[in-house]
Amino acid sequence: MNAAPGISFAGKASIDGAALFAQITLEIPAYQWTCLLGSSGVGKSTVLRLIAGLETYVEFNGDITASDAQPLTDRVAYMAQSDLLFPWLTVTNNVGIGACLRGEKPDTERAAQMIKRVGLSDHANKKPAALSGGQRQRVALARTLMENRPVILLDEPFSALDAKTRAEMQELAAELLADRTVLLVTHDPAEAARLAHSGYVMQPDQLIPMDMPTTLPARSIDDPQTLTTQNALFHFLRTGAQ
Amino acid sequence: MNWKHSIISAVALIIVWQVIVITTGVQSFILPSPLKVAKALWFYRELIAEHAWVTIIEVFLGMVIGTTLGILTAIHLATSAAARAILRPILVFSQAVPVFALAPILVLWFGYGIWSKIIMAVLIIYFPVTSAFFDGLMKTPAGYLDLAKTMGATRVRTLWHIRFKAALPSLGSGLRLAAVYAPIGAVIGEWVGASKGLGYLMLLANGRVKIDLMFATLIVLAVLTVCLHLSVDILARRLAKDH
Repeated sequence: MNAAPGISFAGKASIDGAALFAQITLEIPAYQWTCLLGSSGVGKSTVLRLIAGLETYVEFNGDITASDAQPLTDRVAYMAQSDLLFPWLTVTNNVGIGACLRGEKPDTERAAQMIKRVGLSDHANKKPAALSGGQRQRVALARTLMENRPVILLDEPFSALDAKTRAEMQELAAELLADRTVLLVTHDPAEAARLAHSGYVMQPDQLIPMDMPTTLPARSIDDPQTLTTQNALFHFLRTGAQ
Repeated sequence: MNWKHSIISAVALIIVWQVIVITTGVQSFILPSPLKVAKALWFYRELIAEHAWVTIIEVFLGMVIGTTLGILTAIHLATSAAARAILRPILVFSQAVPVFALAPILVLWFGYGIWSKIIMAVLIIYFPVTSAFFDGLMKTPAGYLDLAKTMGATRVRTLWHIRFKAALPSLGSGLRLAAVYAPIGAVIGEWVGASKGLGYLMLLANGRVKIDLMFATLIVLAVLTVCLHLSVDILARRLAKDH
């Protein structure tokens, strides 16, 4: 994998002339998890999609640059709330779909390694319908690892999981994506407090930096610093006051 | 459809039919009894089989050609905005002309042989197959396409590995409709002008007041249509198996 760049996002977005969000500047440091919190519809996912180079239906006015001044295309992997597994493919083929879509030779050995890393070796030949929600999201994580991209964009990837599975997935993702630049969009203050090196709350007119624990992710759920941060984030999201 | 239920319904229908014939004393040239029809079916088995074979070929080739054209058109429409702008109005307008009204013209152009009937079947199934598959191709979940884009997928490979596969259940729905319409197309073609086929045999039997043969032919046609429907249903289920 190539060196992971930091990303600088600066700009504003509007839909048919109506502002979605005003001029904001978001610095995503290299090799760190940056978390973007905020209420629904504020444009968090739009920021992520703009960085990913995906369609957004907004007019974006600004710049998205990598710290090494190289284009971000082909250096970004994307995980969404839905696992986006193809129901007609086995776990192995889902993990290797990227090569298939690019017309490259599939590396089944490496796919098997990735499946092993997410603990699903026994399920490699199953189809997604035979897996639980948590297992499916593990496959999606294995597929993301398979792509071996230095920048990972996570759009609420764990929000549809039950509490226990979500906590496990957070730990697994923090471990396996530790050497990359990660942007995590989430509604969940607890998730941000556990995973992020730095965190921001997005509002229509500004981006507010939040204090994050100084310990390394993934932090224990009952760690006092994590709990304090979680409470502070939750309080801020509800009242708008730090 | 449950086999036992189907057999029970068929037997019940035959009993009701027999009861109507006995109680009303209807003339056999209006409604022959099931037994008389069964006798005709046995007596004329070779004749019926010969004509059934022609209809089977017409329907089969009509299904294959119509489905192939439908799939190709749907892909073309789904991948080209220009094609959508130009072809879609023509397709919709073509449905305003009743296909049955075209039968005499098709017979005039393609003759009394099987091709006018095959083309009739093709025309009648082309729209439902195209329309169903096109809808499927246009409804690929957006998340799949986002994923493909971040993975650097090529357009052709996205079409084949994602959009095409995701649209297979829709194609199955189109094929189910086609299986119902294709025999109608072939038989109407045979009524308008033919020297072979079950539709032709029905007209021939009617003209010679062999009503038992006409009913026997009708039953064979119905059984063939049900068999076609069941086979296509199995195929459609397979297409939608993992969705």
